Amino acid sequence: MRPPVRAPRRLRSTGDLRALQRLMAAAVMRPLTAASRTQRRWNDGRPAAAVIGSFIKPNDRLGAVERLEIYNRMYWFRLLDCLLEDFPGVRAVLGERRFLRLAEAYLVRHPSRSFTLRNLGRGLAEFIRAEPRRTAPRTVLAGDMARFEWAQVEAFDGEARPALTPAEIAGVNPARLRLGLQPYLSLLTLDYAVDDLVLAVKKDALRGDASNAPEAAPTARRSRPVRLPRRERVFLAVHRYQGTLYFKRLEPAAARLLTLLQAGRTLARACAEALPPRTAASPAQQRRLQAWFQNWAALGWFCRR
Amino acid sequence: MPANPFNAFTDYGIGIGLRVPHYQHILTRQPVVDWFEIISENFMVDGGRPLEVLDQILEQYRVVQHGVSLYFGSADPFDRAHLRRLKALVKRTRTPWLTDHLCWGSVDGTYTHDLLPMPYTFAAARRTAEKIRQVRDYLEVPICVENVSSYAEFHVSEMTEWEFLTEVVERADCGILLDVNNIYVSSRNHDFNPYDYVDGVPAHRVAQMHIAGHTKFEKYILDTHDHPVIDPVWKLYAHAVRRVGVTATLLEWDDKIPSFGEVHAEALKANEFLAGARTAHAAARPRAAAVR
Repeated sequence: MRPPVRAPRRLRSTGDLRALQRLMAAAVMRPLTAASRTQRRWNDGRPAAAVIGSFIKPNDRLGAVERLEIYNRMYWFRLLDCLLEDFPGVRAVLGERRFLRLAEAYLVRHPSRSFTLRNLGRGLAEFIRAEPRRTAPRTVLAGDMARFEWAQVEAFDGEARPALTPAEIAGVNPARLRLGLQPYLSLLTLDYAVDDLVLAVKKDALRGDASNAPEAAPTARRSRPVRLPRRERVFLAVHRYQGTLYFKRLEPAAARLLTLLQAGRTLARACAEALPPRTAASPAQQRRLQAWFQNWAALGWFCRR
Repeated sequence: MPANPFNAFTDYGIGIGLRVPHYQHILTRQPVVDWFEIISENFMVDGGRPLEVLDQILEQYRVVQHGVSLYFGSADPFDRAHLRRLKALVKRTRTPWLTDHLCWGSVDGTYTHDLLPMPYTFAAARRTAEKIRQVRDYLEVPICVENVSSYAEFHVSEMTEWEFLTEVVERADCGILLDVNNIYVSSRNHDFNPYDYVDGVPAHRVAQMHIAGHTKFEKYILDTHDHPVIDPVWKLYAHAVRRVGVTATLLEWDDKIPSFGEVHAEALKANEFLAGARTAHAAARPRAAAVR
């Protein structure tokens, strides 16, 4: 929705209120200048003072633009700080300045549509993929890291359904058994071993609070240089266990099997598709399969669909 | 007994905000605290650590929900999914009342995640009151609206902020969460007398108060919640308590959070003023009876 060209002169209806709020929201959400100030020109070339001054009153210390600028800065500081907190690995991959440019472009294209900042970074990995020039030549690595870090957000407070016990599964015909996986569990196929970076950019296990307290300018932070991970295909499960976040490397066949189960295949069909036909029936493969399932069940990954 | 018709929670005493850095201290040491205020949005999730911690807190403490995203003043209608999540949390916490801000922050479904000031007009008051009633009817819990600190004013405003607050709460028939620090901050930013504000709101609707610290800049004051409460705010609080009566009070400390003990000690300073109000009201009651 394009903001109105000018503010309503009187506010007599909900429509007038909406028009005023559209204009002010557009002003609050406009990107800051490099010096973290409000842009002095509006989108159509008019002086910003003319637009903002049409609805904000000055006082004896601050002009209309300066008063609006307080909100403009708080908007960007708060949202950029949220992305910095949720994506320290992407920041480490790109460097502070480039990450902030990426985050700003992302927020301009995808302003928050959720009541909670928890969901702010949901689309960042897709944005990185869709606009590779912003992260080249580290687009694949940055995208993998964004997916890995978003999976941690999901694992932190995603839904947990009652876990199926081995007794509930035992005896059910594998050709009919469809297992669900916990909603908080993410299965990732990545081109970089981004989990190697975790210790380098370790973040707090608990997310910060939401409040109306303003954030400091995010540019004041400094990230340590880190050794970037090597390129290699890895399969990761990001999950939580007893309230703590974990990630777990999976063998390729195990990752295929879990992905097929998650997609709704029966147990028998998933095993048939995931495991090489020649080895599927071998005793060694059977033992391996049994160990996988014991481990996944012990972690509580299985639930009803 | 309640100090006023909207203040059935006089005995709630002094609470503090439940914040992540204090989780371990609270869960392991189990300090004596009258009540905790939670930010609703931090717990409107599907599962995980936040709800596990909340459930442990609920086993031992009284909890009151305080929100930052209802945006009563937004022209937009409510998002039903948002309200459903909030109602589920209300059932979980059994909050005796629920508070959020007299502000707006979203338009056309896009969120600024800020508490933006209202234009103080009758049309805005009507829309805001209508939305407060909708929330109260849906959540089935008393609603109190909090005055925000602000840094800008609108040309279209037709009244003072406290007149607008009064217009809204009378139309909505709801309570007030009177944030004394926010009154002080806005009074400095907009050059009004904060005592006029406190004296101008309907005292019988004040159900809770907030106190907090702030940061002073050269040309304005920012509501940062990262300092102890300053003396002028304590004095304003004392005046508010004298006018309203003994009221559930909460200290907000959201940034540069010190130890639990330091935050709690700062909050408990309010006891001095509450005790004065308690004595004054006790003394006033027999006189009132004698007049009858």
